[in-house]
Amino acid sequence: MNMWLSFLIDSLAFGATFIYGSTGEILTEKAGHLNLGIPGIMCMGGAGGCLFLNMVGKSGLPPVLIVLWGILGALLLSVLCGLIYSFLTVSLRANQNVTGLALTTFGAGLMKVIVFKLNPTVYLSEPKKMYRWPFETRTDSLQRLGILFFLAVVIALAASWVLYRTRAGLHLRAVGENPATADAVGINVTACKYLAICIGSGISGLGGFYYIIDYMGSQEAYLSVEAFGWLSIALVIFALWRPHLTLIGSVAFGFLFSCSSFITNIPGIFVTMAMKPILRMLPYVVTILVLIISSIRNKRENQPPASLGLSYFREER
Amino acid sequence: MEKRLALQMRGITKRFGPVTANNHVDLDVYQGEILAILGENGCGKTTLMNMIAGIYYPDEGQILIGGQEVLIRSPKDAFDHKIGMIHQHFKLVDLFTAAENIVLGLREKEGYNLKQVNARVAAIAEKYGFHLDPTKKIYEMSVSEKQTVEIIKVLYRGADILILDEPTAVLTPQEITRLFDVIRRMKADGKSIIIITHKLNEVLEVSDRVAILRRGEHIATVNTAETSEAELTEMMVGKKISLDIPRSEPENAQPRLVVEGLNLKSPEGVQVLTDISFTANGGEILGIAGIAGSGQRELLESIAGLQPVESGEIIFHNPKKDKPVTFFHKSMKRVEELGREHAFHDRSGKEVSFEGMHRREIRKWVESGDVLFKEDEIIDIRNKNPLEIRELGIRLSFVPEDRLGMGLVGSMGITDNMMLRSYRKGHAGLLDRKPPRELAEQIIRELEVMTPGISTPVRRLSGGNVQKVLVGREIAFAPKVLMAAYPVRGLDIRSSYTIYRLLNRQKDRGVAVIFVGEDLDVLLALCDRIMVMNGGRVTGIVDARSATKEEVGLMMTRTEKREEEGR
Amino acid sequence: MSVADRKENREPLIHLSRRISIPRWKAWGIRLAAVLLGFLFCGLVAFLLIDRLQQNPGKIGQFYMDFLNGAFGSNRKLWKFMKDIAILLCIALALTPAFRMRFWNTGGEGQTLVGALAAIAVTFYLGGKIPEGLLMVLMLLAALAGGALWGLIPAVFRAKWGTNETLFTLMMNYVATYLVSFFLEIWVPNGSGALPRQEHGKMPTIGHDYLLIILIVLALTAALYVYLKYTKHGYEINVVGESVRTAQYVGISDKKVIIRTMILSGALCGLAGYLIGAGLDQSITTESAGGRGFTAIMVSWLGKFNPLAMVLTAALIQLLNQGAAQISKDFDVSGALPSVIVGIILFFIIGSEFFINYEVRFRGHENRREQGAVRK
Repeated sequence: MNMWLSFLIDSLAFGATFIYGSTGEILTEKAGHLNLGIPGIMCMGGAGGCLFLNMVGKSGLPPVLIVLWGILGALLLSVLCGLIYSFLTVSLRANQNVTGLALTTFGAGLMKVIVFKLNPTVYLSEPKKMYRWPFETRTDSLQRLGILFFLAVVIALAASWVLYRTRAGLHLRAVGENPATADAVGINVTACKYLAICIGSGISGLGGFYYIIDYMGSQEAYLSVEAFGWLSIALVIFALWRPHLTLIGSVAFGFLFSCSSFITNIPGIFVTMAMKPILRMLPYVVTILVLIISSIRNKRENQPPASLGLSYFREER
Repeated sequence: MEKRLALQMRGITKRFGPVTANNHVDLDVYQGEILAILGENGCGKTTLMNMIAGIYYPDEGQILIGGQEVLIRSPKDAFDHKIGMIHQHFKLVDLFTAAENIVLGLREKEGYNLKQVNARVAAIAEKYGFHLDPTKKIYEMSVSEKQTVEIIKVLYRGADILILDEPTAVLTPQEITRLFDVIRRMKADGKSIIIITHKLNEVLEVSDRVAILRRGEHIATVNTAETSEAELTEMMVGKKISLDIPRSEPENAQPRLVVEGLNLKSPEGVQVLTDISFTANGGEILGIAGIAGSGQRELLESIAGLQPVESGEIIFHNPKKDKPVTFFHKSMKRVEELGREHAFHDRSGKEVSFEGMHRREIRKWVESGDVLFKEDEIIDIRNKNPLEIRELGIRLSFVPEDRLGMGLVGSMGITDNMMLRSYRKGHAGLLDRKPPRELAEQIIRELEVMTPGISTPVRRLSGGNVQKVLVGREIAFAPKVLMAAYPVRGLDIRSSYTIYRLLNRQKDRGVAVIFVGEDLDVLLALCDRIMVMNGGRVTGIVDARSATKEEVGLMMTRTEKREEEGR
Repeated sequence: MSVADRKENREPLIHLSRRISIPRWKAWGIRLAAVLLGFLFCGLVAFLLIDRLQQNPGKIGQFYMDFLNGAFGSNRKLWKFMKDIAILLCIALALTPAFRMRFWNTGGEGQTLVGALAAIAVTFYLGGKIPEGLLMVLMLLAALAGGALWGLIPAVFRAKWGTNETLFTLMMNYVATYLVSFFLEIWVPNGSGALPRQEHGKMPTIGHDYLLIILIVLALTAALYVYLKYTKHGYEINVVGESVRTAQYVGISDKKVIIRTMILSGALCGLAGYLIGAGLDQSITTESAGGRGFTAIMVSWLGKFNPLAMVLTAALIQLLNQGAAQISKDFDVSGALPSVIVGIILFFIIGSEFFINYEVRFRGHENRREQGAVRK
């Protein structure tokens, strides 16, 4: 297979982690909540999936059930984190930045404690292959694209469709832009926020699960989930708060992040080791540039949701 | 057409703490009519309508729709009873299109299809003669377009009773004409329209009946065809109430602040002030009357250096000072030149004439330092920020309308709020809290500020006490010009009189006081002259001692007069 | 149908209102109760996570005692405890002026790293070539300047174009991390990425190795307290933070204050970087700040942006960290346990703020005046 093509496929596969992470974050941000707990939630998603697979990994259940069971585990723990976050920031109107950071501390720590206790030969060996359907028998790089990769693409497209083409999406965007107006026309702001945050957390959690089980498939993988959580938050800005644009952004981020390890193998391109960090820095630099340019151009559609970071309390007008 | 009752209010009362906003109001609205609700600011018009729209819940009384009693506890309840209100402050999501805003919050059975919505919105617009592009974003719209969106939003939900709160306040004359056409068409369609307003000519032009509210009470409801401007004005403002506010004769009033041809545009590009010219004299209180939003706030803020003006002059005259003719003027020629521009006088103030005197004698006299002249310090303060104005040595004090959002810092105590104006003084980098604390104590003592302590956040004080703190600070720095916007709004009688007393004392000290007020009785009793503003223009300056309430009321409300004058 | 019976006419189950004021003792009482509840809850979670505790529930006593052991168990632990408080507090202090101005500086991590990087760069290139005293001064200045620059960049864009500072400063952290690893690649050609201890330019010590660092941070605490409370700058920060309109009303330029304060905030983070780089490690890694830039945000917020209260909150967090580290050693669990414990306690404190700021009334205890008219 063409080297460049396999390189692209790898970027795609790697990027799916960010698609999950940032699609989830976009949903919560669209509800007006800057969730800095996403890295922690992704960790918890990974931990939940591993924990559940650890229970059934060698049970001989049909692959479909095992696959679903793992996904269920990832969803369960990450939505639980989402619930903690929404209870604190929506119901108790706590500071979103502080709550999010506490959640990241908590989630990243708890994942390590959980994974520390699991047996990698059980939860990784068999299930890993099952997630590679339909390409599990391929030997080229196409084998990297499994169920969870396609699920990521579907979720991102679906999220965009829901946000911009359905009534629920309209209501959600109204809540994030102007909760007082949404409230005045009879939208249940609290329910809307809870729902968006929890669904968003579930989606992000799948990202952590995907990275550990599918993309890396190794026990050490969990060490970098938190970092990719932060990169997902960057991708939200890069994608200008549009889930379908995360597809492009994730490939770009995946490319920049992983090319440092590939690029040295390409004949004719000489890269010193010192270039590696610079390449990895690029996603963040580009994100900052996007942030700056969109604030200077001041185009309303490309700004963060207007009430991002602010708690809503009806009686405060 | 036979008139059928659409809505009835029976004995509606609403209180906010000790203030009664509506007192046993009865009101009938018929199908297919335009009812105007007329009244001054703060007479309870909007509160009354908010109870129909589900924003407030009445303390007493009943609301009947189609003859049946209903409970309206939320805007949704109001929609269910086919009532829709278009508020003065639009409730729209800026980032959405018109159509998206119109369907926001609805749960229609059929799926969400924007194309269908757009078509339906366009159909409503056509039916009533609106001009609206359903796919245009709100933030790209003019105020008039936004209003159209709000009206269609209400119609889309099938409202039969529409309440419009001050719909013309923000519109141009052409837009007003168009709006009235639409309203008439809705009336022809059998809908009931309630317009809250205080503009007499519009009432006469568009309404079928007029209900007049004054100080929370329903005065009368009359048929528009059978009334006149004068009668409505009288019912609206009521008989002149004589207030016991002392007023002294201005002494030695001299121009202190001269505003000439001032024009100001809002950041959105709307002309807010047009060709404002006036003079505020020292030792005089100049009242500014006008319906809220006629440009009073913008005028004061542009004088205070908070809003960049487009054109015009804001000239500050520092009090004339006696200056001796000295010998920089050594050459006689210079002295003569000076003499042409100024009148000389001696230490006792008697005019000095050099007529027929010998040059040597004149020189000797001048050298003795006994020949004086008055010199004006004329400073243009246009587009200077508050700090620059201060650094020019101009003592301009400003009591803004938004006391806790602008004039004071709510979370700080009285001492720290005293420092806002003066904290730059003294020691290199450190704050000197001693003088402000002394000032704070003095203000608490002299103005009888009720506070648990000197460091209690001012946000926790009552409205009257907050205002005393703010006014106290602004007059503590011996201003030459004192501007006060609605200084007694929300204050009880006692605190109000304290404020009047303070303003009068400043006047007697030779300060030029500018008082923006809403209560005509107060303006007429307190001020020396009243400048009336309407739609960002000055419609007249009258002598407060001889002017009548009706005269000022008409200047505040009549818009066609403005048309005639505006070349 | 009687209208009063309809479901939507019932009053809500819970009614919230913002408190106007709450006595200080009550507020701190609520916070203390939250911390205690949090500790109890930690015990529950510990049962779920720690196998040895499941096997022997009697060890729960040791579980709680370990919190004290971890911090005060020995002389060495106590010094480490105080040193770690000092570093964490230093970053939290640095962030505080920005927070008071409502500028959400989430970039403490990056500002600290850049400070450390600048100091180490100076000794790497100049160490041994110039007198030690001069080198030390240059290192300190470089650290301050580096941190200040990292704070200044987002501030300029925020002041000029209103660029979202939370996201901007957050991204700057990662730029800083990779900047450090870039220099490590250059400085350490063998690819191990571990820079050996630098011989030159070590921060001087007095008495104990950590004593000077602790004293510097204590002095900084006092200085910042004074700066925020008793100086004109501090006053301007408060006014801008409270209301930009009031600032304009009295002629304070909010842009100038934002930029000036962020230079200060960044420079103090740079100082923390200097303490870490030149005072403790004499080297640098991408983990030199070790997440303390983020923890410091919580320290500052929990301390209500008051430097003196922040000494306590930093100590609390550090107590949890060190205690939980002791637990993970004694009970053989992952070394990540401290994060879990800190997270849980934080959730409780964060939640408790609600009961300080809002008053909760349940149905049945409602305000009669409001409801009287409905139920007639």
